[in-house]
Amino acid sequence: MTAPPDDCLARNEWICGEYLSTRREILLDAVVQHLELTAASVLIGLVVAVPLAVLARRRRWAAGPVLAVTTILYTIPSLAMFSLLLPLYGLSGSLVVAGLVLYSLTLLVRNILAGLRAVPEETRQAALGMGYGPVRLLLAVELPLALPAAMAGLRIATVSAVSLVTVGAIVGFGGLGNLIYSGMNTYFKAQVLTASVLCVVIAVAADLLLLGAQRLMTPWTRAARA
Amino acid sequence: MNTLTAAWDWLTDPAHWPGENGIARRLLQHLVLTAVCLVVSCLIALPVALVLGHLGKGGALAVNISNVGRAVPTFAVLVLLLLTPVGRWSEGPTVVALVLFAVPPLLTNAYVGMREVDRGVVQAARGMGMTGRQLMFHVELPLSLPMVLNGVRIAAVQLVATATIAALAGGGGLGRIITAGFNLASTPQVVAGAVLVAAFALVVEALFEVVERLAPRWARGAR
Repeated sequence: MTAPPDDCLARNEWICGEYLSTRREILLDAVVQHLELTAASVLIGLVVAVPLAVLARRRRWAAGPVLAVTTILYTIPSLAMFSLLLPLYGLSGSLVVAGLVLYSLTLLVRNILAGLRAVPEETRQAALGMGYGPVRLLLAVELPLALPAAMAGLRIATVSAVSLVTVGAIVGFGGLGNLIYSGMNTYFKAQVLTASVLCVVIAVAADLLLLGAQRLMTPWTRAARA
Repeated sequence: MNTLTAAWDWLTDPAHWPGENGIARRLLQHLVLTAVCLVVSCLIALPVALVLGHLGKGGALAVNISNVGRAVPTFAVLVLLLLTPVGRWSEGPTVVALVLFAVPPLLTNAYVGMREVDRGVVQAARGMGMTGRQLMFHVELPLSLPMVLNGVRIAAVQLVATATIAALAGGGGLGRIITAGFNLASTPQVVAGAVLVAAFALVVEALFEVVERLAPRWARGAR
């Protein structure tokens, strides 16, 4: 009988280089799934949120109900949200994406609406006076000016989504959350810590990426500050 | 619709209410966890935030701690705590994680509230000869109360959500009904548990709404 290997895996240490080298495939798959779930939910959330925010801005009666519904959705805890969607989607990745879309919706609608409302009335009047129609006013004046607030919302929504994906482990689609979940059941310290740290790294990287994109898209905010 | 009626039947079945894993006990656990941790978090966060806000120091920390709190997954922290010595005490990881995630919104909101008090009012109070302590308790704190309460509200909602996720890591509370439902592959039970959790969260949110409505006009703030 051969003696068990005396490495950090056998000793179940928190930090373990062996783990990184031997489980590279598993980690990579989990990270990819994590990124896919996050990206899908935030992008779908954005596609739904922009029209809702524009509607709430243009039609006064729509603002109340839109904000009320998104606030109620945001109050429901993530685990309950996924569970409520179970009859609709079953144990699938769509369930996690649908739940996260509902969360990012709240953050995005609120921030985009705040951005649209902060567009100075003189600016709107000037654009109208120059003969801008409602569509051109929206696309060329209002949305660009709302961009900083919208991007702030997008960053919060993305960071929250990265962290909430882990709860998707309950249905087996949690990206790195799956590794945390299985690591918990087997008391595998290195796996739990590595997956947790990777989650935070992804969140920070996504936040910085969006911050960079925002600076590229809104050069005028920098010029004003300088 | 079938699932909904099945979930309703599960909820109204008297056999599911009493006992070790009954709804009544889980509800009580959730309530106690949320309330106790809210009080503890307030005792930790509010004095620090109010003093920092009064002195105008540590602003970067107070504001950024919320962003850090958002980036760290609740579930990961719960499991990490479970694997440390804290995990030996049954509700240890849940309580520590709950407090950890409730502190950032409390700290940020109370700090920002204190700093947003009209500087003119603060200077007038100083001109009247108020000491730092009087300024803090009679001027800044009352004026920043709406923001402080808003922080408490966000923290409370966060606590309800975190206490639910705690069930994934073996903690008590309503989330256990959901995780047990998943283990039994019983969709009605999962949905019933989710409805209970959602209702609990909405009741907490509504409570704060009522408190805000009943508060005197100056404490409501301009929202």
